[in-house]
Amino acid sequence: MSIEYERIVHIWKNPPNRGEIKDADLVAEGANPICGDKVKIFLKIKGGKIVDASFTGEGCAISIASASLLLDYANGKSIEEIKKLDKEKIMELLELDLSKNPSRLKCALLPLATLKNLKNKEERPGQ
Amino acid sequence: MDVEKIREDFPILERMVNGKKIAYLDNGATSQKPRQVIDAIVRYYSEYNANVHRGVHKLSEESTVAYEDARRKVAEFINASEEEIIFVKNASEALNLVMYSYGMKNITHTSRITISIAEHHSNFVPWQVLAERKKAKLEFLDVDAEGELVGLENASGSDIISLVHASNVLGTINDAQKICKVAHEGGGISVIDGSQSIPHMPIDVKKMGCDFFAFTGHKMLAPTGIGVLYGKKELLEKMEPFLYGGDMIIEVKKEGSKWNNLPYKFEAGTPNIEGAIGLGTAVDYLNKIGMEEIRKHEIELLSYALGKLKDEVTIYGPLDARKRTGLIAFNVPGVHPHDVATILDEDGIEIRSGHHCAQPLHDRLGLESSARASFYLYNTKEEVDRLVDGIKKVKRVFA
Repeated sequence: MSIEYERIVHIWKNPPNRGEIKDADLVAEGANPICGDKVKIFLKIKGGKIVDASFTGEGCAISIASASLLLDYANGKSIEEIKKLDKEKIMELLELDLSKNPSRLKCALLPLATLKNLKNKEERPGQ
Repeated sequence: MDVEKIREDFPILERMVNGKKIAYLDNGATSQKPRQVIDAIVRYYSEYNANVHRGVHKLSEESTVAYEDARRKVAEFINASEEEIIFVKNASEALNLVMYSYGMKNITHTSRITISIAEHHSNFVPWQVLAERKKAKLEFLDVDAEGELVGLENASGSDIISLVHASNVLGTINDAQKICKVAHEGGGISVIDGSQSIPHMPIDVKKMGCDFFAFTGHKMLAPTGIGVLYGKKELLEKMEPFLYGGDMIIEVKKEGSKWNNLPYKFEAGTPNIEGAIGLGTAVDYLNKIGMEEIRKHEIELLSYALGKLKDEVTIYGPLDARKRTGLIAFNVPGVHPHDVATILDEDGIEIRSGHHCAQPLHDRLGLESSARASFYLYNTKEEVDRLVDGIKKVKRVFA
């Protein structure tokens, strides 16, 4: 197995940021109905910045690792900054080249797509 | 049956994936094509490409003969007459044809349509839409823990009973003859989705007694884009065309048009000529090997695979190889099927992962998705061994 995939599986086994934030300011849910991946992201916002982030969900190793790594990255940044991220950034975070496995891209991009789908009206960043 | 010799006919089986020789175990999705089928298509385009049923010139005569010859071969293959064989693009189109041309005319708000929870979406969604549009009742037969259809008797009295012959997830082979009997005794018609059965076992629509039998060509060594709807002549004759346009008419006047005879009434426009020729050649190939022989080979492979896999993974459907077609859907506990498929792919082992276009069945089984290995006439025990080793590796990695 490739070293890159091994790293993903390693993260999957004990993913940082997994869990629920009870008093989250924002909650976003996303799913890939085709493969059954589901993710729920919890964000705590202060002064316009994400100060705490976590996720729950079920899915393949790539989608779980992606959620975990993306939320690591999101900490300390604004939602607008995160919404501007693209596929390349996710690949960079995952240290994975999925150009030969385009079918797995959707797994990798689910957490980002979930955050991008956050409607503005739902956002209540920093009172 | 000499599998090594058969493998020589399939150029793609020589292909390397990630530095390993391919073990193609996704035949439930589509089969590979023998050189004979590929050559027949190349020959058509190199030697006698022309539109069918139109010109009087040499090439058109030849292509028409080849196209109609393919129809005759398919008819003989399933024991039907040529006018009962309608070329379509796939099983979905075949089932849509029945839904639109038969269903829209004969189903009303007092009608009952019965399908099962184990249907492929192609035999699920059309009936769901028909029932919604006509306010008819749509009922679902369930499956038991072994994956066997239950409560068929309850379907009696349905106006349409449309069921899968062999499940693309559970592998279970339904008793199509009994299904048709129940449909007819209750005064309804029977539709059988044979996409997963016809590549793997002998089919006789007369013996089965079905009113319609739908299948696709690409799972039985033919190219994509060609499928077949078999329909009983007396029903097809009463039905309105599905698509309107060229070739399906006998006469077109400003005042109105007259429909062509069977089966052309249902084949509007220039058909998939290369596809039909490819399908005819695939039928020749399967006949040469023998459907009974193929079935025997698959039962042997299945028994071998089921024996090796049953302690490694969770298997869905019957454990008795004689009760299923050549496929095994499974899950490695705790590991998403996509990860299973990706890790196997790293070793050149190609399997399917997902819900296999059977979401209601996955819901019924309480699953999001599953992995599926599906075999065909060219697969070997050595490939099964590679699959089993691959799964052991998955379990090690994800432990």
